[in-house]
Amino acid sequence: MGLARRIIPCLDCDNGRVVKGVRFVDIRDAGDPVEVSKRYCDEGADEVTFLDITASHEGRATTVETVGEIASQVFIPLTVGGGIRTLDDIRMMLNAGADKVAINTAAVFDPTFVRAAAERFGSQCIVVAVDAKQAAGEPEPKWEIFTHGGRKPTGIDAVEWCQRMVDYGAGEILLTSMDRDGTREGFDNRLNRAVSSSVRAPVIASGGVGVLEHLAAGVLQGGVDAVLAASIFHFRQFTIRQAKEHMAGRGIEVRL
Amino acid sequence: MSTLAVIDYGMGNLHSVAKAVEHVGRELSLELDVAVTADAQTIAQADRVIFPGVGAIRDCMAEINRLNVGEMVAEAMQSRPVLAICVGMQALMAYSEENGGVDCLGLIPGQVRYFGEELRDAAGARLKVPHMGWNEVRQTRAHPLWEGVPDNSRFYFVHSYYAQTDRNGLVAGTSRYGKEMAAAIADRNIFATQFHPEKSQKAGLRLLGNFLLWSGEA
Repeated sequence: MGLARRIIPCLDCDNGRVVKGVRFVDIRDAGDPVEVSKRYCDEGADEVTFLDITASHEGRATTVETVGEIASQVFIPLTVGGGIRTLDDIRMMLNAGADKVAINTAAVFDPTFVRAAAERFGSQCIVVAVDAKQAAGEPEPKWEIFTHGGRKPTGIDAVEWCQRMVDYGAGEILLTSMDRDGTREGFDNRLNRAVSSSVRAPVIASGGVGVLEHLAAGVLQGGVDAVLAASIFHFRQFTIRQAKEHMAGRGIEVRL
Repeated sequence: MSTLAVIDYGMGNLHSVAKAVEHVGRELSLELDVAVTADAQTIAQADRVIFPGVGAIRDCMAEINRLNVGEMVAEAMQSRPVLAICVGMQALMAYSEENGGVDCLGLIPGQVRYFGEELRDAAGARLKVPHMGWNEVRQTRAHPLWEGVPDNSRFYFVHSYYAQTDRNGLVAGTSRYGKEMAAAIADRNIFATQFHPEKSQKAGLRLLGNFLLWSGEA
């Protein structure tokens, strides 16, 4: 026995509410982030990820407040992402009670920001979030990364990018398949395998979970260290506990 | 009213620690005043001290030296219950390999080492670094802070370096990640954990509660 694979529920939040989009659009309301986080923690979630999709300045203040409230009531690790652009943004989120921050667009805009952040705060709290879309098919699939919530193509190869980010000090990669996000068809495990086998840092798979077996497949086929899902938990299709029991039944070490 | 000082040296998730002990204090109906502070006097007068930490050891030690936190910790260590967490624990050792080699406080004999690029599990599979997530902690000896914490409970870890002490008798708990490492070290009135009790849900909150009730005697 040793380190457990993690199950991480993700809260996409807009102006203080949990929402969930399908393929990055079509938003549905899924509750109060503090209540939702507490429920997940009680059900045995290993971490909680809070992605702030609020664009407005006022919304950011709400986010900081919400992060603080979650951190006062939920005693498992909390990752906050969305709009993290400066060392001050990171400081602010850590002070509010976040344990890690996820950096996406700002890393592409200036990769040395990741290096500076890891040097200042330590690799363990720097997660690089990557939105990847398949760009080439057989026999050797390739994936391209996108920024700005999946709207802007970059021409950058996903696997090379993740390697570079880990070299720069990223402590973890949050890898979202844009092709699968919101589809409920399961993770892109070729993408997961390609990235996870080429970086030394842990990889979290994201995008596409529709049934519990998809979570197990992320570990068994994708080789990832943690699996992230949103809608299957928000709409109470499954509890975290059920997800863990399913994974344990497939021979995966989990924290029960 | 009992007072607890969380030493603030400008790094990491100090507020997470403070929030967790405040929560536990309320649950135990303790009259507890928690201060996140770098003020020498407040720390000197506190009934117990938490030395938290995340971040890179070089920056931590630079801040510790700049703020004379080392003296405050050394002072606190003479008598009061001290809980050191993660980099806080590493900072107590003599030396760390991180950042090309950094001298630490030297309050506990031992060094801090890197997990290595080629870390493998018993089956030969490559292990990721940082060691991040929930791992089992085997309690290698009885201690008041383990009271009511089931042996082999999982705690949350996140680190790329681990502490090794020259004195085996000090190790209070071990975990396995490619190699066996000290997950907890206890020395007189000091209890130090590589894991984050403030992020380890029930088991972690129980340990923090035990710390709030601990006299400082092992």
